[in-house]
Amino acid sequence: MENLDALTNEALELVAKAEDLAALDYVRVEYLGKKGKITALLKGLGKLSAEERPAAGAEINKAKAQVQEKLSARKDTLEADAINARLANETIDVTLGGRGQSAGGIHPVTRTLERISQIFKQAGYQVEEGPEIEDDYHNFEALNIPSHHPARAMHDTFYVDAKHVLRTHTSPVQVRTMETQEPPIRVICPGRVYRCDSDITHTPMFHQVEGLVVDKQISFADLKGTVDQFLKAFFEADVPVRFRPSYFPFTEPSAEVDIQCTQCGGKGCRVCKQTGWLEVMGCGMVHPNVFTSSNVDPNTYSGFAFGMGVERLAMLRYGVNDLRLFFENDLKFLGQF
Amino acid sequence: MKISESWLREWVNPSVSTAELCEQLTMAGLEVDGIEAVAGEFSGVVVGEIVEIEQHPDADKLRVCAVAGNGDTLTQVVCGATNARKGIKVPFATVGAVLPGNFKIKKAKLRGVESFGMLCSQTELQAGDDDSGLWELPQEAEAGQCLREFLSLEDKIIEVDLTPNRADCLGVSGIAREVGVLNSCPVNAPQIAPVKATIDDQKQASIKAGCGRYVSRIIRNIDITRPSPLWLQERLRRAGLRSIDAVVDVTNYVLLELGQPMHAFDLAKVSGDIDVRMAKQGEALTLLDGQEVTLKDDTLVIADANQALAIAGIMGGLSSSVTKTTCDIILESAFFEPAIIAGKARSYGLHTDSSHRFERGVDYELQVQAIERATGLLLDIVGGQAGAVVEEVNEASLPKAASVTLRRAKIAEGLGFAIDDERVLDILLRLGLTLKAQDDAGWTFGVPSHRFDIDIEADLLEELARIYGYNNLPVTSLRADLPILPINEVVTPLARLRESLVTQGYQEVITYSFVEPKLQALFDPNADAVQLLNPISADLSAMRTSLLPGLATALMHNVNRQQPRVRIFEAGLTFVPGGTGPAGLTQEPMLAALLYGDRFPEGWAQGKEKSDFFDLKGDLERLLSLNGPLSDYDFQAGVHPALHPGQTATIHKAGRQIGIIGALHPSTQRALGLEEPCFVFEVEQSAVLGGQMPTFTALSKYPEVRRDLAVVVDRGVSAQALQDTVKEAAGDALINLKVFDVYSGKGIDPLRKSVGLGLTYQHPSRTLNDEEINASIAAVMAELASMFNATLR
Ligand SMILES: [Zn+2]
Repeated sequence: MENLDALTNEALELVAKAEDLAALDYVRVEYLGKKGKITALLKGLGKLSAEERPAAGAEINKAKAQVQEKLSARKDTLEADAINARLANETIDVTLGGRGQSAGGIHPVTRTLERISQIFKQAGYQVEEGPEIEDDYHNFEALNIPSHHPARAMHDTFYVDAKHVLRTHTSPVQVRTMETQEPPIRVICPGRVYRCDSDITHTPMFHQVEGLVVDKQISFADLKGTVDQFLKAFFEADVPVRFRPSYFPFTEPSAEVDIQCTQCGGKGCRVCKQTGWLEVMGCGMVHPNVFTSSNVDPNTYSGFAFGMGVERLAMLRYGVNDLRLFFENDLKFLGQF
Repeated sequence: MKISESWLREWVNPSVSTAELCEQLTMAGLEVDGIEAVAGEFSGVVVGEIVEIEQHPDADKLRVCAVAGNGDTLTQVVCGATNARKGIKVPFATVGAVLPGNFKIKKAKLRGVESFGMLCSQTELQAGDDDSGLWELPQEAEAGQCLREFLSLEDKIIEVDLTPNRADCLGVSGIAREVGVLNSCPVNAPQIAPVKATIDDQKQASIKAGCGRYVSRIIRNIDITRPSPLWLQERLRRAGLRSIDAVVDVTNYVLLELGQPMHAFDLAKVSGDIDVRMAKQGEALTLLDGQEVTLKDDTLVIADANQALAIAGIMGGLSSSVTKTTCDIILESAFFEPAIIAGKARSYGLHTDSSHRFERGVDYELQVQAIERATGLLLDIVGGQAGAVVEEVNEASLPKAASVTLRRAKIAEGLGFAIDDERVLDILLRLGLTLKAQDDAGWTFGVPSHRFDIDIEADLLEELARIYGYNNLPVTSLRADLPILPINEVVTPLARLRESLVTQGYQEVITYSFVEPKLQALFDPNADAVQLLNPISADLSAMRTSLLPGLATALMHNVNRQQPRVRIFEAGLTFVPGGTGPAGLTQEPMLAALLYGDRFPEGWAQGKEKSDFFDLKGDLERLLSLNGPLSDYDFQAGVHPALHPGQTATIHKAGRQIGIIGALHPSTQRALGLEEPCFVFEVEQSAVLGGQMPTFTALSKYPEVRRDLAVVVDRGVSAQALQDTVKEAAGDALINLKVFDVYSGKGIDPLRKSVGLGLTYQHPSRTLNDEEINASIAAVMAELASMFNATLR
């Protein structure tokens, strides 16, 4: 049986030297296969005595197992090496940019409009829209602004013909809503509006969101609460809000709404013209004449309306310093939102 | 309106600082827009008197003055002003003085003559805009007196931005009244004593509808050469008005003080009685400012026996105006109805202090008081004798004194807060309302003649809230029913379309709804786009009938700023003539996109190919598939005036055209100055947003069978036509059909093309056998051969 040790050592040496799976396979076939050299020793067992046979058989099987074990281990190593080599070969620079289109973006005015709408929608407001070329009645008369009313001068109206204008506010949508819906009404009216005015702080087109609530027993305190809550929600901050008496023909009492300057925190700066406050909205209790025009009984119902300039809010929210940028549509500007 | 604080404080003087006073006004609805010093910052300037003056020995334009005012001796000052002369009193900046702009006055030598200080003009002290020469101070000024003290220059100019309803505050008296209410302190109006007539002269006036009260008085023998006193000039200046002559100055002063516009005519230029009447259509009048207007018959004028002398309440005429030679005048103080004045000034391109007030409403009981005030002031300055006040009244054109009932319960209901009775009465009575009646439910108040804006209960609530302080009123959360409302699932929110375009690389833009007419015509030459009557400029005058001109403008803006690649979209209305909407227009919400430049952003892994029609079409198809099958839409080769005739498709849904997609026509591209092709689509939002409810179909368990066909057809045959025919002929088992290849070139007849079609079959309830598939393919080929002369490649 001295042959067994020699064969075993020979096989183990070959296993250790094998550099690829083919070489390993060669060892397996050559030593452990059906006609393998170690396997062949089993056939020689017949020459031994019955007493010697089991021990010798066990010796041979042990040798086979030993070679097999080394062979498997070597195989695992070789396979792992192969995978590692492949992985190394396939390694890429994952910091390179991806393939395909780059993302576009939503216009900051739309983004702001949607934010405003979302805030009101969660409080149960519906969104209503209307025509941008309006008749004189809905833009003015129904809102308690008869022809030659001095308030018309505040509007710098674009005329399409003697009876039609580019709406100067989205308030006509409120009128149209009251004409077609029964109270209670809770709507906001976003959209484009137009004023014949163009300079550093005015563009001839801009966006408004107006809101209208009509129900029984709506008070000025409700209006204040609504506006206050909206502004805090919009700016995601506990901004101080103040109400100043003002005048709109379609509301009475009317108010301008200021927030504490977001730029200087109320100390006074160029943005707030040293006042510490920024005007952001107009609002008021719906004028009884407006209710009457729209067939809502002012003795039964009361309500409030508010309106805000979307660009103005966007400028404050994002720190944009020039209104005109919104309509130049420079991709370098739009891409910032 | 600008008002001097010191003038206001003569009327009402609460113990609050300027800043507090302004804050009070702002918070009461009289928004203070600015607080200015009445003069620049300077020190060391005194009243100086030129005692001696002689020519500078070496300079023609300079003179050497001996000036009194700095100590007991005379000071030598070299001066270049042309009005420098012996005896006048002027501002004298002594050595060591600091003028506005931190300009320090030092001893100087001018052409060899020493000068110890400087004599000043208004502008050098920032105390007015007269820069014609030295500021000549009145003789009562005392040499050596501090100029700031003499002119009370520590005053502030408060600029109040008044809303149109508060015409009552277009005078010191009105603002004083508000300040009095806000501080609960007394208001001291100046005593206005009636001026006794010393002459018999008077003019009769006949007045027509529109004029409620016409008060006039003749004043004879005035000396118009006498200037207004400095205090009066200063008050005008601080209100932003220039001194003209004493008559104009006094009428302006009364306007500023009481809010009553007044006018003065030269008596010698007025023939016969005064006639307040409507203008004759086409009547000519040359106005004070020299402008000649042709009057319309809706305009009220002040006329004499012969002609119109003034547009009532707006502006006087030149021919009857007071001049340097005037010695007799007629003063006018009238009430015109707002309705007859409103809009008229604008219709003549005018806006005056007078029209501004009459349009909004002037206190209709003020006229006599105002004319007495003006007479008193005027006689003090220019002398003369006054005739009797002649007052004509037309009740029909005078507002009726309103009374308004205020219910106690409405205060709590409307403001969300009950104000106690005592405070209610205090506020409203101080505002000038009168208590006419009261009972358990509330009060009835008389509205004073100066408040045109109060006539309903809500107006009184506002007054209470305003004076009480908006910010002192409570804040509550709105309480309301919150019904759950249905949402239409078939309609996609526009926001989802936007998001989809954004993830496909498009940037949203917002362009003006009015565009340049030429550009509008370039994209839609057949539409008669609405033109604005008063556009902001010619290039923003046509209401767009398509979103494409706006996208093109945005594209050019970016191309001109080195953007090599532009993908943009816009959602908005177009204004298409025709339809039943306002002004005979259809205002259609559209969605449009534009694609220009490289297919992909530059990058290591990206090709550098240019975009083509199919890039945009693919993006659009993905959009159309958001909420329903793409097969709802049908693309057909089409034409559009701005688009390439071979690369344009009209888009149809339910048999109706809902949009267009295509490449810009090379001539459009050239007109826009674009170097590369550009692709656009525009679709109706309503069509694209309307989808379909998904409906479930059971999945087949049986295998799919795929067969590919390469058919050769004429080049003009559309893929759509081939696909339609295949679907028709293949039978129900065809579940999918793809065009996987289109080839023309080598090996194909130059007039023909090869189209690869992939047909996938599957049966819902059994396995299809070869014979069935072969039969279907044979039917397909037969149909293609007969319809399109198709052959297998
Ligand atoms: Zn600030």
